[in-house]
Amino acid sequence: MLGLIADLNACQGYANCVIAAPDTYDIDDDGLVVLLRARIPGEDRARVEEAARSCPVSALTIEER
Amino acid sequence: MNGTAVVVGASVGGVRTAQALRREGWQGRITLVGAESHLPYDKPPLSKQLLAGTWDVPRTRLLDEDAAKRDDIELRLGRPAVGLDPADREVRLADGAALPYGVAVLATGSAARPSPWRPRSGLHLLRGLDDAAALRRDLRRPGPVVVVGGGFIGAEVAAGVRALGKAVTVVDPAPVPMGRVMGEEVGRLFTGLHHRHGTATAFGVGVAEVTGEAGSLEVRLTDGRVLPAATVVVGIGAVPNDAWLRDSGLPVEDGVLCDAACRVIGVEDVYAVGDVARWHHPGHGRRVRVEHWTNAVEQASCAAYNIVHPDTPRDHAPVEYVWSDQYDWKAQIIGRPDTASTHRLIGDPHAVPARFAALYGDDEGRLTGAVLVGWPKATLRIRRMAAQGTAFTTAVEEIGAME
Repeated sequence: MLGLIADLNACQGYANCVIAAPDTYDIDDDGLVVLLRARIPGEDRARVEEAARSCPVSALTIEER
Repeated sequence: MNGTAVVVGASVGGVRTAQALRREGWQGRITLVGAESHLPYDKPPLSKQLLAGTWDVPRTRLLDEDAAKRDDIELRLGRPAVGLDPADREVRLADGAALPYGVAVLATGSAARPSPWRPRSGLHLLRGLDDAAALRRDLRRPGPVVVVGGGFIGAEVAAGVRALGKAVTVVDPAPVPMGRVMGEEVGRLFTGLHHRHGTATAFGVGVAEVTGEAGSLEVRLTDGRVLPAATVVVGIGAVPNDAWLRDSGLPVEDGVLCDAACRVIGVEDVYAVGDVARWHHPGHGRRVRVEHWTNAVEQASCAAYNIVHPDTPRDHAPVEYVWSDQYDWKAQIIGRPDTASTHRLIGDPHAVPARFAALYGDDEGRLTGAVLVGWPKATLRIRRMAAQGTAFTTAVEEIGAME
């Protein structure tokens, strides 16, 4: 399993993560990222990780748990 | 598929391709070739956070040695690629090395369009980390700054220079900044933004000559005015880094020509991503070249997927998305506002903080794009609507209801 961490101080609401993986990321009314699930099964890894890497300010990190 | 993947270009398109190849399950070697000796770094902050001094250089890093090692990506930095031979399947580097490839990905990006004006010193382009460092050093000189070019880079540099407390004038032959992209009315809002933050503008007038040297330059305009400057920054667009492919036999026409799946036309196992790729966009029905960060990232994902899954390729058909930080505005541009015949402004550009959306529609009644400031939720909604081919009137109603 993979864990997801969002840095809300870095997040600027670009929403590239939401476009790339809408089942995992959303943004709230203030434009801050909302994690729809914190643990990611292996088969979704490539998509969810590439979505995290599409953040222009590197606000999303993925770690092995 | 096996062998070595040689990714040429270590900016965001190349780095993300290398990482995505590993994520998608590429089993062979991955070599990432970079012309500069710096560890791979990100370019958008150079004209934004790095210029204003709110980020330092390490914060701009895209890939460090540990991260490269974790993904088993071999870095070949400091040696530009000078050629590609599709018959021998080799990428040649400036130091004479030849890298055999099973698959090659061209991600050499673009360079700042050279300045037609050549004073002895003190004139800067801004594209790479070395450019940014040289500009930062020169900005320590007292005296005003002239920025030539009112597009994204020019406006961001002006905002950054104002944040350092210096006097700045932006010059552009167009009547309003970014007017070709967003139209005159919306472009004028950005003229007002410059003025509110104390930046002078000389729009609708060109530059005839720049003379002198760092600290005592003169920018002579085509209407005869002369602007004194300690430093001049020229941001007049970009040109694709495709000259190294001249003798490769690959099709190059202002970028290397690709099909919708990021495959270079007429050769086996060569892909291209980012600013250097001119690919067939199925949504637009023609070849386009896009110089946006998000496009490079999305195209990297698409190319990596197609390399690892060649029998089930995906098309790269994105809705364009680019942002620009100017003073207290974070502008977001979606799709193709420049192809529109009508637009509608929703929200209040004059509020503090500003929150508005300009929606653009074409003759067939489709939403083609939008410009937004300070409204992330509407930005996301419009990106989704543009991807679905939503009618312009529907988009106006939906965003209007969010106000």
